[in-house]
Amino acid sequence: SREGLRGTRHQPVGTGKEELEAAEQQHHGGGYRVVQWEWSYVQTPYIIAIWLLVASVAKILFHFSQRFTTVVPESCMLILLGLVLGGVVLLASKKQLYQLDPSLFFLFLLPTIVGDAGYFMPARLFFDNLGAILTYAVVGTLWNAFCTGFCLYAAKLLGIIDEQVKADLMDFLLFGALISAVDPVAVLAVFEEVHINEMLFIIVFGESLLNDAVTVVLYKVYISFVEVGVENVQTADYFKGVASFLIVSIGGTLVGLVFAVILGFITRFTKKVRIIEPLFVFLMVYLAYLTAELFSLSAILSMTFCGIGANKYVEANISQKSRTTVKYTMKTLASIAETIIFIFLGISAVDKSKWAWDTGLVSCTLVFIFVFRAAGVVGQTWVLNRFRLVPLDKIDQVVMSYGGLRGAVAFALVVLLDGERVKAKDYFVATTIVVVFFTVMFQVGTFPKVGTSCFTECNRVSFQAFDHILTAVEDIAGLQGYHHWRDKWEQFDKNYLSKLLLRKSVYRKSELWEAYQKINIRDAISVIDQVGLSSGSDPAQSKRVQERENGSGVCLDLQVIDNVSGSKVEEDMETHHVLAGNLYKPRRRYQSHYSRHFMPLGEKERQDREVFQRNMRSRMETFKSTRHKRHKKERIPRPTPPRPPLKTAICRGKAAWDLLRPVCLWRPPRSSLWTCSRPGTRASPPWRASPPHPPPPSPSTRASAPSPGWEGPAQPPTPAPPRCPRPPSASRRGRRSRWKRKRRRRSLGRHRKCSRSCRP
Amino acid sequence: MGSSSSSLNNVPDGQQLMQETGFSAAHLLRLYERFKFLDKDNRGHLRSEDFEAVPELSENPIGDRIVGAFFLPGQETVDFSSFVRVLAHFRPTEKNRTRAGAQPEPANSRNRKLKFAFRLYDRDRDGKISRTELLQVLREMLGMQVTEEQLQSIADRAIQEADLDKDDAISFDEFRKSLEKVNIDHKMSIRFLE
Repeated sequence: SREGLRGTRHQPVGTGKEELEAAEQQHHGGGYRVVQWEWSYVQTPYIIAIWLLVASVAKILFHFSQRFTTVVPESCMLILLGLVLGGVVLLASKKQLYQLDPSLFFLFLLPTIVGDAGYFMPARLFFDNLGAILTYAVVGTLWNAFCTGFCLYAAKLLGIIDEQVKADLMDFLLFGALISAVDPVAVLAVFEEVHINEMLFIIVFGESLLNDAVTVVLYKVYISFVEVGVENVQTADYFKGVASFLIVSIGGTLVGLVFAVILGFITRFTKKVRIIEPLFVFLMVYLAYLTAELFSLSAILSMTFCGIGANKYVEANISQKSRTTVKYTMKTLASIAETIIFIFLGISAVDKSKWAWDTGLVSCTLVFIFVFRAAGVVGQTWVLNRFRLVPLDKIDQVVMSYGGLRGAVAFALVVLLDGERVKAKDYFVATTIVVVFFTVMFQVGTFPKVGTSCFTECNRVSFQAFDHILTAVEDIAGLQGYHHWRDKWEQFDKNYLSKLLLRKSVYRKSELWEAYQKINIRDAISVIDQVGLSSGSDPAQSKRVQERENGSGVCLDLQVIDNVSGSKVEEDMETHHVLAGNLYKPRRRYQSHYSRHFMPLGEKERQDREVFQRNMRSRMETFKSTRHKRHKKERIPRPTPPRPPLKTAICRGKAAWDLLRPVCLWRPPRSSLWTCSRPGTRASPPWRASPPHPPPPSPSTRASAPSPGWEGPAQPPTPAPPRCPRPPSASRRGRRSRWKRKRRRRSLGRHRKCSRSCRP
Repeated sequence: MGSSSSSLNNVPDGQQLMQETGFSAAHLLRLYERFKFLDKDNRGHLRSEDFEAVPELSENPIGDRIVGAFFLPGQETVDFSSFVRVLAHFRPTEKNRTRAGAQPEPANSRNRKLKFAFRLYDRDRDGKISRTELLQVLREMLGMQVTEEQLQSIADRAIQEADLDKDDAISFDEFRKSLEKVNIDHKMSIRFLE
C-alpha cells in the first residue's frame, strides 16, 4: 500500500509506561489489542517483497499484449515502468526514497545474473572463440576508454562542453573508462529479444564478461590518480596499473577455478544428501564471487570461470531433479534481478537532485562511444579474420557494434564516484543515465531487423547445406585449429580431473561410452551377427506436425540483409516457418539457444540424436547390402585382422549393443539380448510398437571437453546379465558352420526371425 | 606431429599436387598427416569406414553424402591425390588471378565450388537435380517433424523459383543463376591454417 511506501511512522511499542499509555490512548478500547500494526518489525522484508511483486506483476501485464512485446523490448518497458513508479514516489513523498544502491547492485543483483550466465555458458563455443573474445574485451575496451576520454577532454578544451563541468583529463579518462565497457546485463536482456546466431552472441557476451577486469583496473587506477592528483602521478604508477591488470584478471580466474574444483569435489559425495545439492552449487558460485571481491580481484571473471569449470562435473554428479532445480532457480533469480535492475534504473533517473544536465557533454559522449565502438570493432575484426576459421563478415560487425550496450554496471560505477574528488559527478551521472537509456531503449528497439523472406527458399536450403559441407570438410581434414590443445586437455581431464571430481559410477559410464566410440560400427554388427540376430529396421517416422513456437514474429536472418520485396502470401510464411523451424542447424551457426524465458528442451541434443540415428541406420543398410557382395567375393579365407578373443569382443559388443539398441530401433527378441526366450513363446517383434526408450547418451557430449555435462539417462539401459552366454568353445565350431547356418537362414526367407527358441 | 614425414618427398606426387591444387608444401604435409591418421590400417587408401570413424560426421545430416563425394564414381577407395583434390575445392579463391586461356580452371574457382555443391545434390550425375533428388536432400536436412506434404510443397517452391526452362529439374546453370548474388567464396571456403 502507498502508506507503506511512504515509510510512515509506526506505532511505538516502547517499554516506557508513558509511551504505553499514549499508545493505549490512541486506540479505543481496553488493554489487550487483538490486532496490532507491526510495521517496524516487518518493514524491510516487506518492502523488498512488495518490490519483487511489483516487478513480477509488471512482467505479467507486459506479456498480455502479444503485439506489444514484439515492438517494444521488455527492458524498455521495465525502464518506463521504473520512471513511472519513480515519479509516483517522488510526488508522494517529495523525495526519492529508492534508488539503485551500488552495493545492493554489486553484491546481490549482478552476481545472480552473471552466475546464471556463467554456469550455463556453452563452454565449447566459448573456448572456440576465446581469441576473439579476449581481443574485443581487452583491446576493444582500452581503445574505447582512451579514445572517449581524450576526445571528451578535447571537446572540453574546444568549449563544446560547458565550463561548469569541472573536469580535467583524469576525470574524463575515468569517465571514459566506466562508460566504455559493454554491459553483460544489457547484452543478455537484449539478445534474448533479438535472436542472433550463437557465435555472435557468445562473442559479444563473452566480451561483456571479460572486460570486467579491464574496467575494474582502469576504474581503480584512475580513482587513485584522481585522489592523488594529476601532478603526483609517476611513471611507476602506470606500470603498476598494467601489472595490476594482469593480477586482477589472472587472479580472478584462478579463484574461480579453485572454487570450481572444490564444488566438483563436494558434489561427488552428495549422494546421501540430494536435497541440498542445489544449495552447494549456489553457495560455491556466490562465494567465488565474494572471495574475488574480497581480494579486489575481478569478481565477474571469477564467477564466470567457476561456472564454466564446474558445470561439467556438477551436472554429471548431481541427480536429475537437482539439475532441474538448479536450472530453474538460477533462471528465476536472474530474471527477477534483471527486472529489478531495470525498474530501479528508471526510478533513479527521476531523482533530479542527483544529476545535472549539460547538452554538450551528453551529445559528445553519445557520438563518441558509438563512433569508437564501430571503429574498434571494424579494426579488430579485420585483424582477427586473418586467424579465424569462421570469418566475421560485415553483418556480424554491424551487429557487434550495434550490440555494444551500456547498462547498469556503468550506472552503478558512476554513482559510486566520490562527489568530493570528482567535481563533475552530477554531470557524469546524467550523461550515464542518458547513455544507458539510449542504448537499452533506442538501440534495442531499432536493432537491425530484416524481412522475413530474406532469400528464396531454395537458397536458404543451399546455405544450410553449405554450412554443413564446410563443417564436414573441417572435420574430415581435422582442421579445428586447436585440436592439439583440446586433445591434450581431454587427456588431462580423463586421467586426473574426472577421476577426482566425478562420482565413480559416472566415471565408469563415461568409459563405456568411450569404448563404444572406439568400436567401429562394423565390429559391433559383426559381433552381434555371430550370435545370430534377427534384424528388422522400421524407421518409424513420426508424422505429427509440430510448429515451432516463435516468441517474436521477427526473423533475424543475419546472413544477408537484402530487401527482397517478399510477398506476404500465407504460403510463403508457412514454408518459411517450416524451413526455419526444422532445418538442422550446422555446428557453426546455431541459433541462439540461451534464453531466460523459454527453456528449450535440449534442442541440440535432439537434433544430434536424430541425425545420429539416421546416419547409423543408413550406414547399416549399406553395410548389410555391401556385406552380401563382399561375402561372395571373399569366400576364400581372407586375412583376418587380429581379432580380440571372442569373449571380450562379445562383451565389448554387448556394451556397444546396449548403447546401439535404442539408436537402431532394432529390437532383440522380447527379453534381453542374451538370455533365452522361453521355449514356446514366439518373440513378437517388439519393434512394431516403437516405445519411448530412454534417450541414449548423446554422442555429442562425449566429443568435447568441457561441455554441458553428461546427461545420464533417467533409467539406465536394461542391465545386461552378468555373464557372456556363449562358451568360448563355440567359436571353435568354425566359420564354415556359421556360413552354413547363414545360408540356411537366408533360404528361410527375407525375414530372419529368431526361430530357435533357445540359443546357447 | 611426427618428425618422420617432414619432407615433401614422402608425400606421393607431392610436387604435382602442389602445382595442381595450389596448396603450399606445409599444407600438403599437414593433409598427408591427416590422411595417414584416418588410414588406420595403413593401406595407403581410405575406405568409407575410415571416414565414418570421424565422430563428428555422424552428427552431420549430409555427412555421408559429403563422404561420398570423395569417392570417384565406381571407386571404393580414396587415395591421397583424390583426397587432396577434393579438399582443394575449399581453398579461398585468389583474387586478381589472370590465367592463360589454356590452363585448366583451378579447383577453388567459384565455378568448381558450385559444381561440387551441385554434385552433392545430383547423385546420379545426370546433370540435373530432379525432384526426387531434391526431396531426398530436403528429407535429410529437415527434422523428423516435417510431414510429407510440407516436404513436397517446399520442394515445389524450390523448383519453381530456380527452374527457368520449366523442365521440373534444376540444371547446373539454373543452380548457378539462383546463387549469383551470393558470395560463394565466403560460403564455401575454409581458411587452411598452418
